[in-house]
Amino acid sequence: MSASYRVAAPVDPVRGVPDSFAPLSARRILVVGGIALILIGMILGDIFAAFILHPNAAGIGASLSAGVQAIALQDAQAAESALQNIGYLLENRGTKVDAHVHMIVFGYLALLLALLQPFVAIPEKRKKFLAKMFLGGSFLLPLGVFLVHYVGLAFSPLAAIGWASIFADLGGVSVVLVCAYELTGLWRYLRQGSQATATDELLADRGSTGRLLLVGGTLLVLLGFLHGAYYAGVDLFRFEREDAQLISVMTSRAAANDLPAATQAIDRYNQLQGTEAVNIAAHAHSIEFGVLAILLAFFQPYVFYREKWTRFWAFTLLLGSIILPFFVLMELHWGLLAGGIADIGGLLVIIALLAMLVGVWRYTGKLDAALGVHE
Amino acid sequence: MSASRKLLVIGSLAVAVWSMGYGIFYAAFAEHQMLDGLGSALTTGFVRAAERRMPESQSALAEAAQRRFVYVRQVDAHGHWGGLALLLLILGIGFDRVAFAEHTRFLIALALLAGSFLFPLAVLWETWDRGVGPRSLAVFASALVIAGLCGAAWGFVRTEPSR
Repeated sequence: MSASYRVAAPVDPVRGVPDSFAPLSARRILVVGGIALILIGMILGDIFAAFILHPNAAGIGASLSAGVQAIALQDAQAAESALQNIGYLLENRGTKVDAHVHMIVFGYLALLLALLQPFVAIPEKRKKFLAKMFLGGSFLLPLGVFLVHYVGLAFSPLAAIGWASIFADLGGVSVVLVCAYELTGLWRYLRQGSQATATDELLADRGSTGRLLLVGGTLLVLLGFLHGAYYAGVDLFRFEREDAQLISVMTSRAAANDLPAATQAIDRYNQLQGTEAVNIAAHAHSIEFGVLAILLAFFQPYVFYREKWTRFWAFTLLLGSIILPFFVLMELHWGLLAGGIADIGGLLVIIALLAMLVGVWRYTGKLDAALGVHE
Repeated sequence: MSASRKLLVIGSLAVAVWSMGYGIFYAAFAEHQMLDGLGSALTTGFVRAAERRMPESQSALAEAAQRRFVYVRQVDAHGHWGGLALLLLILGIGFDRVAFAEHTRFLIALALLAGSFLFPLAVLWETWDRGVGPRSLAVFASALVIAGLCGAAWGFVRTEPSR
């Protein structure tokens, strides 16, 4: 191997490869599956945002407008129907966001479990089964949550819960059971006391790319937390008061047949919802990207590129991670232009993550070749 | 395992268990009732306005606003406990890379752990007390987390790379 490539240490003295990343080992399954989950979750998030969430927000605004007009026309049934439609649209939105968020968080958990594998006192064969069960549940839950809106209660044996929810819950239970079992393994390892001497090449690594991601990730979390603290301290209570006032104004003005004033209140209400949404999105994305960067810092020894390329992809990931939340926030002032730049930031994160996944893939290929493993 | 690392790893697992316990209890016994009540109050507000029964309409809308205030905080408390526990666990795993003396690292870990538990607690406290107490606790706890994160970031910067 060329000296300019990164090497994970220590290595098995007989085979010349790290023990903990052997072919089809639990750690390898969790690393590759975890990064894939995060990637798919991010891509789905982009698709949901463009094709479902934005039209959905417009639909909620239209339903609110219909509800206010129904008040002016003294049509109580139409008002109720408009509000029910808002509930339907909110459920659609909520399930999409949940699917996106759960897939990414399960990806983080998979990487976390991968890190802990050397310290989990469970036989490797069972660890592999647990890894597969975890990934199965991690894909099943978001898929089920996504389908809740479309499947509803069709062919369901239960009165209130549909098949999609049942399968989503099954996925969630699988994930919880695996985490609980892994924790018992960790507990068994810690109880070994002085005999617990497992070492790990990932935690021992002190490479500069890992440090860049650790520092950058922690700063991103810090920025997200500072922004969240400012938002909670300065804006949140004010926005909540204004939100309630605007609903009160739009209903009372509509009842007085003053539709221009009611419409003005609706417009301001929609603006306010947008402001709240971008603030929350900027806060959440900054912290989530920070956590992702910190997690990926540990796996850099497995990203098999020349040093300058691993650093380049780490830098790209951090750049995208700062661009997206910042320009999401700027959408309030710069509109679609800022939204477009934020999307480019998201794309940078996805490309960097994909490049790291390919790097891990290359590393597994190198290991397997050394072991004489054939596809 | 160093004391600071142990504090973060075990403390974060405790916060995670607390968060999950709260989440399961909330989802099973409170969330659906809260959401049903919120939707129903909002609908009643609009329907009563259409019927020109304005005092009832305004009262229902005020109830919806109150329910929303509580719902947002209950969900936020759960989300922040879970998210911060995950962050602390990840930081705990790599905490040996924070290049300070163990005493300083322990203080950073303590600030992070205390802030991570107290901040969501303060948010939840706001649902039954809108006074200065919960807001002051929220500010103090978030300052602990911010100070802890600054310390951790600075510690990571000080680490000597192996190559």
